[in-house]
Amino acid sequence: MDTAPAAKATVHTQNPPKRRALLFLVLPPALWLLCFLVLPYLGLFIQSFLGSDDLGNVVLEPTLDPWKAFFTKTLYRSTLLYTFKIALTVTSLSVLFSVPLAYFIAFKVRRWKELLYSLIIVPLWVSYIVRAYAWKIILGREGILNSFLQWAKITDAPVEAFLYSEWAIVIGLVHIYTPFVLMPVYTAFEQIPRSLVEASKDLGAGRLTTFFRVVLPLSLPGVIAGGTFAFVLTLGDFLAPVLLGGTDNLMISNVVQNLFGTSNDRPLGSVVGIVLLVVVVALLETTSRAEKSFASLESGRGRLGGAR
Amino acid sequence: MTRKFDLPTLFVGAAAAFVLAFIYLPMVVVVVYSFNPDAVNVFPMRGFSLRWYRVLLEDEQLVSALRISLLIALGGTSIGLLLGVPGAIALARHEFPGKRILERIVLLPLTLPGIVTGVAMLSFFPLIGVPVSLLAVLIGHGTFLIAITLTQVYARLRRLDPSLEEASADLGAPPLTTFFRVILPNIKTAIIGSALLSFTLSLDEIPVTFFLIAGDNTLPIQIWAMMRRGISPEVNAISTLVFAGSIGLILLGTALGGRDKE
Repeated sequence: MDTAPAAKATVHTQNPPKRRALLFLVLPPALWLLCFLVLPYLGLFIQSFLGSDDLGNVVLEPTLDPWKAFFTKTLYRSTLLYTFKIALTVTSLSVLFSVPLAYFIAFKVRRWKELLYSLIIVPLWVSYIVRAYAWKIILGREGILNSFLQWAKITDAPVEAFLYSEWAIVIGLVHIYTPFVLMPVYTAFEQIPRSLVEASKDLGAGRLTTFFRVVLPLSLPGVIAGGTFAFVLTLGDFLAPVLLGGTDNLMISNVVQNLFGTSNDRPLGSVVGIVLLVVVVALLETTSRAEKSFASLESGRGRLGGAR
Repeated sequence: MTRKFDLPTLFVGAAAAFVLAFIYLPMVVVVVYSFNPDAVNVFPMRGFSLRWYRVLLEDEQLVSALRISLLIALGGTSIGLLLGVPGAIALARHEFPGKRILERIVLLPLTLPGIVTGVAMLSFFPLIGVPVSLLAVLIGHGTFLIAITLTQVYARLRRLDPSLEEASADLGAPPLTTFFRVILPNIKTAIIGSALLSFTLSLDEIPVTFFLIAGDNTLPIQIWAMMRRGISPEVNAISTLVFAGSIGLILLGTALGGRDKE
């Protein structure tokens, strides 16, 4: 969007009626976004420098205390690191899961291609909460997995460790965010010119060599885009940790949630929110640069496949 | 693209099947267990029953949550269309001061974590006279749906040759006529597609809603509340209906020609 060439439509100098039409077009959305988006973000930033009274109400007294609290208490740093660890695990697994499925559909399937493609798109549209819930009934103490294991006489007592563990969070999040990785990876595979793959084979490269030296490098922009989705979405997730991780596996977004909820310390909550925001923006900038530098040839022309 | 099924292909195929099963099995489990006659979800299931669908219909809170969600989705989608389509035309076809900034701002609700947007709105809305309420939820949804509609319609307009509109204007058509006779027919499918996408996203939205809701829950928040109270197969039944609803919307989207969902 920001690389849009500005030349085409506006060769003519703008006359007054056109300018009036423009105001009519741009002012309502611009004002809406200013009032309900930009100002709230600015307010959050300001709030992170404010104090609060004994009841937790925010008061208009500038102070650095929330920021000091954030940087001195180890809880926040360790939670942030823990969140990064989870996000990295979720991202790696989602990529690991996406590559074979996307590869298979892109290169190995002909007749059922349309159907299989729809099958990987559909979960993107299907309720987050319901998919998290699915894992809760599967992994629970009296859940389906446990009763199945007992029915099959593999275990004779329910395994407690399935639900409310770090692994439950990871499995749930990988399940929920893999479709977000699948789509850009698949698009990247589809955009690889088949002639390159054939050329590699004609030149005597084996399948593995072709995959690792030709296909995978050309699909890197898609992999990076998808991985970024998974990572950023995990950072902002505060429902799965509560539903699947219980009370001992809280992530950074749960800290924000608690500070704006039960703990009622909005200035400190704003600090954590701003930190989360800065991390996400820095990450998106870095990966969009990486994507561009890997986006040689036709592949990965745009995030969501602008070529189609 | 060999047709023979050799070992590497078999291996990739098995991995692909495993991942597809991983994605779909949990949803299948929920659907199957919505017909569970018992109050606990255990394997094997003992029979088949519509008991939980009956419970669901009599659950007034749930039905009211569904109604609220549909109203918010309808209102939010309308806000998104009314402000997003003009915004997309302005960004795609005009030059004006602040354009670059606006382009970046529009992407914020799509790229930043919903929880940050949620707490920012929670802190700010009461200051401008919008207390935590369904109105606040509607404004919150409208805001990110403007971003959805705007980016989708913008992408379509970039692929549309502006000389069509110039020809229309040169032939003496006033701007509104050009809009309705030239632009609109060309971006119709993008508008329908973004409206359906908006509707679905709004029905499913949690992070922003969570912070702006007062007493009356939307459907996903109500499901969340039910889950926290304990697992009841009633949630399986409502989940199955939610699946059916989403798939219905997708089919509708494809049928109406919104083929490119990018």
